[in-house]
Amino acid sequence: MSIQVKEIHKQFGAFVALDQVSLDFPTGALTALLGPSGCGKTTLLRVIAGLETADSGRVILEGEDASDTHVRQRRVGFVFQHYALFRHMTVLENVAFGLRVKPRRERPDDAEIRRRVHRLLDLVQLDALAERFPSQLSGGQRQRVALARALAVEPRVLLLDEPFGALDAQVRKELRRWLRRLHDELQVTSIFVTHDQEEALEVADRVVLMNRGRVEQVDTPTEVYERPATPFVYGFLGAVNVFHGRIEGPHLRVGEATLPHEQTQVIHGAEAVAFSRPHELRIVTDPDTPHGVAAVVERVLTFGADVRVELDSLPGAALRGEPAHYEVVMPRAQVDALALTRGQRVRLVPSQIRVFPSQAA
Amino acid sequence: MAAVGIVYGRGDARRYETNPATRETDWVKWLILTAALSFFLLFLLMPLIAVFTEALRKGWLTYLTAITDPDALSSVRLTLLVAAISVPLNLVFGVAAAWAIAKFEFRGKRFLTTLIDLPFSVSPVIAGLIFVLLFGAHGWFGAWLFEHDIKIIFAVPGIVLATVFITVPFVARELIPLMEAQGREEEEAAVVLGASGFQAFWRVTLPNIKWGLLYGVILCNARAMGEFGAVSVVSGHIRGQTNTMPLHVEILYNEYNFAAAFAVASLLALLALVTLALKTFIEWKVERGMRDTV
Repeated sequence: MSIQVKEIHKQFGAFVALDQVSLDFPTGALTALLGPSGCGKTTLLRVIAGLETADSGRVILEGEDASDTHVRQRRVGFVFQHYALFRHMTVLENVAFGLRVKPRRERPDDAEIRRRVHRLLDLVQLDALAERFPSQLSGGQRQRVALARALAVEPRVLLLDEPFGALDAQVRKELRRWLRRLHDELQVTSIFVTHDQEEALEVADRVVLMNRGRVEQVDTPTEVYERPATPFVYGFLGAVNVFHGRIEGPHLRVGEATLPHEQTQVIHGAEAVAFSRPHELRIVTDPDTPHGVAAVVERVLTFGADVRVELDSLPGAALRGEPAHYEVVMPRAQVDALALTRGQRVRLVPSQIRVFPSQAA
Repeated sequence: MAAVGIVYGRGDARRYETNPATRETDWVKWLILTAALSFFLLFLLMPLIAVFTEALRKGWLTYLTAITDPDALSSVRLTLLVAAISVPLNLVFGVAAAWAIAKFEFRGKRFLTTLIDLPFSVSPVIAGLIFVLLFGAHGWFGAWLFEHDIKIIFAVPGIVLATVFITVPFVARELIPLMEAQGREEEEAAVVLGASGFQAFWRVTLPNIKWGLLYGVILCNARAMGEFGAVSVVSGHIRGQTNTMPLHVEILYNEYNFAAAFAVASLLALLALVTLALKTFIEWKVERGMRDTV
């Protein structure tokens, strides 16, 4: 089922949680709402579920305006960050709840309820624990019960609010993969909220990046990572190096250094900010190279297949009063060939940079 | 709440006690223990024992005669009736108020919270006087009530009103922190799953608060049966009609009928003991429940 939100606006006092947000969630896709805390992603999810009412705007489920429909009638499955399992009920009763509260004429008989619950518990691989209470389960198991409970009412959409937020890293990774598999199996339109960019890029078909109540970019994980639309997205997705400077034709002047760029929409002489990923920078040990930003090697971290080099800007060359830090990731063999030492002066030459006008940053 | 304090308190005490770095010297421990225990013996246990010894001083026969006296029985009946009306009223009101305060945001929430505490801060005698001023012969509604032949003051309705007023805070006070701590997520989950408001309350909220609720009801009941000040002002002390047990005890005592006074008092004391036992049992239940969820 498709979900659309149109010009949703929501304010808590003076704080604007959602600022005229319009989005389209295609049928059957798994979409991630990604952003820093306070960006409005959870509020948007709760507005779609009907747990929160927007000040203005519309929620359209399956082409029908659902803005004034009660939560009960929206038939959404909602998974809470802290599970919100009914603590006085067994796992079986938790999952059966949505079926048991149905009006009598729609309610399946007890045997049918049990059959369906066991099938769902099979699906989330928890059938052996049906008689346990939530307090006797681990965090990952609780979240799987919460998911089975949400699926029991055969929801038209599945909404997950930071579903793995309260779990430790190992379990999180496992559940991520499992959620993806489950989604491929069920094909139910799903939206999940997360502040973890790795989680969003790994699990989702589409990523919606949000910041300060606005949508910054909507795209596939590859696109948002490779071609961030705004400086915010660049900074939020993965490590990034930032250069502040001024446009001079085909170059960006950063202090006394120049960096070549290929953007065409920027105006000559404008203040600009440029971004480059750690693997897009090259370290040149010859200080007389014409291009590249001068830097001092601070630390070489040699664990893993790739080596991370941390660098500082030259003393005194700091722009806008703040010293800049840079990060470069290179294959081990290249770093070994350079034989970098701490305090060594080098130049950083980007193989690729993206330039944005400064006021946007 | 009290129960929560006990759970954490015990664990902490044991940790401090076994850790030489935080342990106090023995004489400090014994000094404090002795002071506390002798105080409790003198002021709490002694009176309780005195009540029962005085009640039975003239033998079982006198005791039985005293508590089967028609006036005594009538006071027991009235006390039970008053409790049977005021406790359910406060149960409903307490749950509603706690629900409203813990789960919703609205104007005047703080005011309502303060208002619930009012009966704790007002002297019971004044509480009684308020009702006399409102419904008494010379009160605001006195003339109207007289015309329609409705008796409130110096009658059972007045006693019920005063008792309800005095016992308002018990259930609500017990539930508000409990419901606030539990939050709204489980109810939200229930509603998303298609439950109606009533189903969410009956199947999710109520099971979660049942022990706290029972605890509040027991305290409320103890106070409803034991209330003296407010009831004394509105009752009129008519023997066999508007005398509750505490009032009856006072009348017997003033008539120098000590054995009978203590006999009726011992019934009230027994009620207190039963209340204590129930309260301890519920605390134990709650503590166990909490250990399960942690």
